[in-house]
Amino acid sequence: MATIGDDPLRETVLDALTGIAPDIDPAALDPDINFRDQAELDSVDYLNFVLALERALGVHIPEQDYPRLSCLRGCLAYLPTLTSTPQD
Amino acid sequence: MAGLSGLPRAAGAELAWKTLHKIERPDWPAPNLADYDGACAGFSWDAARAALTGLPDGGLNIAHEAVDRHLDDGLADKTAIRWLAKDLTPRDISYRELAALTSRFAHLLERLGVAPGERVFSLLGRVPALYVAALGTLKAGRVFSPLFSAFGPGPVRSRMEIGDARVLVTTAAWYRRKVAPWRNELPGLRHVLLTDAGDDPPPGTLDLERALADCPDSGGLVHTAPEDMALLHFTSGTTGRPKGAVHVHEAVVVHRLTGLLALDLHQDDIYWCTADPGWVTGTSYGIIAPLVLGATMVVDAAEMEPARWLGILQDQRVTVWYTAPTAIRMLMKLADKDDPGIFADYDLSRLRFAASVGEPLNPEAVVWAEQVLGLPFHDNWWQTETGGIMLANYRSLPIKPGSMGRPLPGIEAAIVHHAQATGAVTLLDTPGTPGELALRPGWPSMFRGYLHEPERYAKCFAGGWYLTGDLARRDADGYFWFLGRADDMIKSAGHLIGPFEVESALLEHEAVAEAAAIGIPEPTAGEIVKALVALKPGVSADEDLRRALLAHARKRLGPAVAPRQIDFRTNLPKTRSGKIMRRLLRARELGLPEGDLSMLASDAP
Repeated sequence: MATIGDDPLRETVLDALTGIAPDIDPAALDPDINFRDQAELDSVDYLNFVLALERALGVHIPEQDYPRLSCLRGCLAYLPTLTSTPQD
Repeated sequence: MAGLSGLPRAAGAELAWKTLHKIERPDWPAPNLADYDGACAGFSWDAARAALTGLPDGGLNIAHEAVDRHLDDGLADKTAIRWLAKDLTPRDISYRELAALTSRFAHLLERLGVAPGERVFSLLGRVPALYVAALGTLKAGRVFSPLFSAFGPGPVRSRMEIGDARVLVTTAAWYRRKVAPWRNELPGLRHVLLTDAGDDPPPGTLDLERALADCPDSGGLVHTAPEDMALLHFTSGTTGRPKGAVHVHEAVVVHRLTGLLALDLHQDDIYWCTADPGWVTGTSYGIIAPLVLGATMVVDAAEMEPARWLGILQDQRVTVWYTAPTAIRMLMKLADKDDPGIFADYDLSRLRFAASVGEPLNPEAVVWAEQVLGLPFHDNWWQTETGGIMLANYRSLPIKPGSMGRPLPGIEAAIVHHAQATGAVTLLDTPGTPGELALRPGWPSMFRGYLHEPERYAKCFAGGWYLTGDLARRDADGYFWFLGRADDMIKSAGHLIGPFEVESALLEHEAVAEAAAIGIPEPTAGEIVKALVALKPGVSADEDLRRALLAHARKRLGPAVAPRQIDFRTNLPKTRSGKIMRRLLRARELGLPEGDLSMLASDAP
């Protein structure tokens, strides 16, 4: 399991994203722009991305917080505020 | 008819759900359809046609009905479209302004030398230019064909080729990514109009705003006849290329009628249809029906986001809401009857009628809405080919959760058995008998053909019926229940996806020998596309290749059509004639009975 910290977290987020959409080039992502405005992602992809983050980090992300994960910088700011819950 | 194994819903599931009898509030207007049986008995298409304004000499034009005619009926300065930008800044467009904008677009087509009947394609999100292009094209007697913006370059190109695209309206970014690489191979595409190119449009394109600047803002209406082609909506096939379903100006008779009866639209309504403009719902009910009825429609530029949507329902005082099961299931995660969650923070009391379309709405969602929103979702059924709603749950009738409802007045629907070998069609009249849903041809919004494919069109009809390809049952009260597709089509997030289009893209990859695309159940999207792939000799299956294939398919097809999952198989089961047995693969994936395997020729483990 990845730890919530700086660089490992960034890697976890990008892994989750490219696991859903391997057509995305992480190096070309602008961290401040909505993922969906710079890559071909639909709502099902986005949901799968959030679920992949939950699995990778062992956290629960409340649905109303999903918009906070809409860009890379948002993910890196929001995810460390979550408390890790143990996974079975 | 295809076998019934692999149905998404167990027979008899409806027994578990109580019929919903709805309340009426004193502040609500009376339902447009108060007496269903009376309306069916006294129905006449001539009367439905007479409710439209029409043009002199028996002419009819969708844009005239939706826009220009309101210049004379007291609605000219009413807001037709309230467009919400991504930051929620509103822009109100009155019927008068919409008439002027669409006239300018109509004149632009004339000036560019686009002939009446030629096709104008759009590849746009929910932006004002989309509504101007759609209605301006119709006003000019040219044919409008919307594309889904989540399509990749492959699906965009094949649809524009089949549809003989003469004009494309899109953004600079989508043009660069999805069209420019192959544009020179489509010489018939004469004009590309970009909504955001500004002073610097790429070679061979025009900036739409600048091109419109000196076009006159009145007139431009071309006299069209009821049977003139108006809309070209693409739908996928099980085999072969996508099909362009041709609709004519007379379809507006059904758009108006169903807006009135199935969506209960009144002139004072604030109406919100969340459908993407790239699909038929986004045109019939996201543009035409609410404007014909003189309502105000809300358009949101952004993608679905629960809190944003609740805010829009509240702040825009939406009264009639038409959405889709995938979105409803996302909202269901936020609240239930014991814990209203963020719903407690919003006042949705203006909402009078909520409807759903795109795929069958599960009964849980209907009941959830009654508990959390205070009113149930009314599911309805139709398809690209029908042009408008055919079966619906109506405001004035009880809802059986999980049912698609009853036929629109004027529509004759039946359950039939279609014998493929002889072509014979038998009516299955006994309530509860599963069979293929069929409609009696002749309603005004029925498709008039698949463009350039008369044989595929003819195959949709037999024994005096239009065969829908959907399996269903009708109960003793006349309610229809969806069972599944009669073919291998995949229904994901409300979109019908043809396995052939997915498989063709995978086969373009050098490592792939065989591919099959099937739909597997997924709780939010209904079904997702899964691809099973057999590799060429000497190629080894590993995670890197799986990701490479996924990336290849997504780049080629776009996220709406590409598989979400890819698995490797040594070999795919085929019939003796070499056809891959998708149905068997799907049964295996889902652990269902495999049925008759006598046709099977090859199936290495």
